[in-house]
Amino acid sequence: MTVTDPSGAARAEGAGTAERRELLKVTGLVKHFPIRKGLLQKQVAAVQAVDGLDFTVREGETLSLVGESGCGKSTTGRLITRLEEPTAGKIEFEDRDITHLKDGPMRPLRRDIQMIFQDPYSSLNPRHTVGKIVSAPFHLQDVKPEGGVKKAVQDLLELVGLNPEHYNRYPHEFSGGQRQRIGIARTLALKPRLIVADEPVSALDVSIQAQVVNLLEDLQDELNLTYVMIAHDLSVVRHVSDRVAVMYLGKIVEIADRDPLYERPMHPYTVALMSAVPIPDTKRRHERERIRLQGDVPSPINPPPACRFHTRCWKAQDICKTQEPPLVELAPRHQVACHFPENAPAGTSDTPSGDVPPADPGSR
Amino acid sequence: MSESTSTLREPAPGPTGDGEPFLDVRDLRVHFPTDDGLVKSVDGLSFHVHRGKTLGIVGESGSGKSVTSMSVMGLHKQGTANISGQILVDGTDVVGSSPEIVRKMRGKRMAMIFQDPLSAMHPYYTVGNQIIEAYRIHNDVSKDRARQHAIEMLDRVGIPEPHQRVDSYPHQYSGGRRQRAMIAMALSCDPELLIADEPTTALDVTVQAQILDLIRDLQKEFHSAVIIITHDLGVVAELADDILVMYAGRSVEYGTADQIFNEPEHPYTWGLLGSMPRFDRVRSERLLPIPGSPPSLINVPKGCAFNPRCRFADLNGDLSTTERPELVDAGHNHLVACHLPPAKRRELWRDEIQPKL
Repeated sequence: MTVTDPSGAARAEGAGTAERRELLKVTGLVKHFPIRKGLLQKQVAAVQAVDGLDFTVREGETLSLVGESGCGKSTTGRLITRLEEPTAGKIEFEDRDITHLKDGPMRPLRRDIQMIFQDPYSSLNPRHTVGKIVSAPFHLQDVKPEGGVKKAVQDLLELVGLNPEHYNRYPHEFSGGQRQRIGIARTLALKPRLIVADEPVSALDVSIQAQVVNLLEDLQDELNLTYVMIAHDLSVVRHVSDRVAVMYLGKIVEIADRDPLYERPMHPYTVALMSAVPIPDTKRRHERERIRLQGDVPSPINPPPACRFHTRCWKAQDICKTQEPPLVELAPRHQVACHFPENAPAGTSDTPSGDVPPADPGSR
Repeated sequence: MSESTSTLREPAPGPTGDGEPFLDVRDLRVHFPTDDGLVKSVDGLSFHVHRGKTLGIVGESGSGKSVTSMSVMGLHKQGTANISGQILVDGTDVVGSSPEIVRKMRGKRMAMIFQDPLSAMHPYYTVGNQIIEAYRIHNDVSKDRARQHAIEMLDRVGIPEPHQRVDSYPHQYSGGRRQRAMIAMALSCDPELLIADEPTTALDVTVQAQILDLIRDLQKEFHSAVIIITHDLGVVAELADDILVMYAGRSVEYGTADQIFNEPEHPYTWGLLGSMPRFDRVRSERLLPIPGSPPSLINVPKGCAFNPRCRFADLNGDLSTTERPELVDAGHNHLVACHLPPAKRRELWRDEIQPKL
């Protein structure tokens, strides 16, 4: 793995992702958490946290999963890392089916698939020193790094921008941003290929957030890492991602490369989500047309039939309540699950109402 | 300090409004004695808000934003904090007043929306009961009438089926609704000053947009003075008329929203703007973070508190590390606490900072 890998150059141009190898492939992934009741613990219902996801992640790219809380993005991350057992579907890592691998065979794979957690305060054991925390993966996997564990840990600390002399300190002696770096050092210890980062910067202050975002990008270029980023901050997502999947109630409603998605979002939910982001520009304060979504996300225990977004969608018609829209490719590498997409390329749109912006999208 | 701080009824510097400000904070200092030393959470802060106006206070965690709002509400426990300075709410000084008087002011004069509604609401009482309690303290009405009012308020903030929801407990609400219920509670007595401390931080963007619209609409309706405390510059850009940027317990820049976003003069404000990934612009290659991390409030750096993280600190000789810059008017009531000469600051912003944002 060299720094001058040609794929690194391809990334810089923003093209060429298409030729790269698929590292992770997810097909029809489902996770239902059973709700049990009564003496016999009979299953009475299920939380349909993730309900049929298909996506692929290519080597060296960043796929972001975005959506409101409860849309299943974190569960997806935990399924990919096999911290949860999928109910159905298939997860392939480097063409190998890992969906139902037992602990034993999964263990060597843990080196390749690692996770960065959201909260740097609860993801580090307060009773262990930084050295012990970062070296844990070596001990667990019985890896003997060249030059000894201590040297390897200090190299890692340096890599993430911490002072290697802080080897013997405890987590409480560090600030939030530094703790997140410790977590990242631990994640990188075994040279993983795929990193699932669950809200890696949302617990940090803006100025520190930028430091960590830059660090993650540098590491990606240097080590040719592949990220699956779970985030709700659409500005950060725009900055870090190559590809973005928008989730709503356990389903992907739109998946596309970053720029097409941000410039021409097609699914009404994506459009609403984008219009809700506050923009730090006082001049544009009054220009923006904001789409106000009504109410809350419905319960995943009993999601609306057919298109799950129809209860809050201003474009919803009868067909949306009876027929589920499939995730189809409306533009190159841009898939949308909607009967009446916005910004659709000419010819593919069969919208009866056309692209007329909603007169007053439910400001009640 | 060389300059004596202006006191009493002489108009305070800073962005102006018409007539007397409703809230006038002057030289506020809040210090907490701890075993490790004196924590100077707020150290000489002055600002004011007029009725019908919104002030945004921005800064990182530990910059003293929340301590300020708690002081205004008089919520610091007696004996734990040393508070000095003046907090004039419609002419009454909160700092010197007895707890009884401040208690009477809370709710009607001033109210607060807390960040985390789950911990700010009482889990044992229904949402309705909590709104009724506040309303009946300030209004001599029957329980039935107060209940009717609570239902109206819940309806006003957009909670569906308020007749049933009024008898629900906080945990039965979703996050967004709980925050609305909090707002309903804060607004139940038509407060003249509303402080919203990170009102949307825990919420999703779509819900955040709803809550911000709600605060804006309600402000128009009740003509209240609003303070919104946040670390999200996007939120203040949407709501605030004036912005106060805080760093290490002091104000480093204070001006209108247009001044702060379009002609910021303090290097820390530049840093905040550069740290933020922009949703509305073409992606920049790299973010421009502020190096280092915020200082400890026990050991605030000498001179300008921002100097260890400031790229331009060495342009002033050793002034930045020896003398604390005062907050002075850089023209058009735009206050900046920086040793760099105003002309130099504008030049740096125009030539070096702005093109990279």
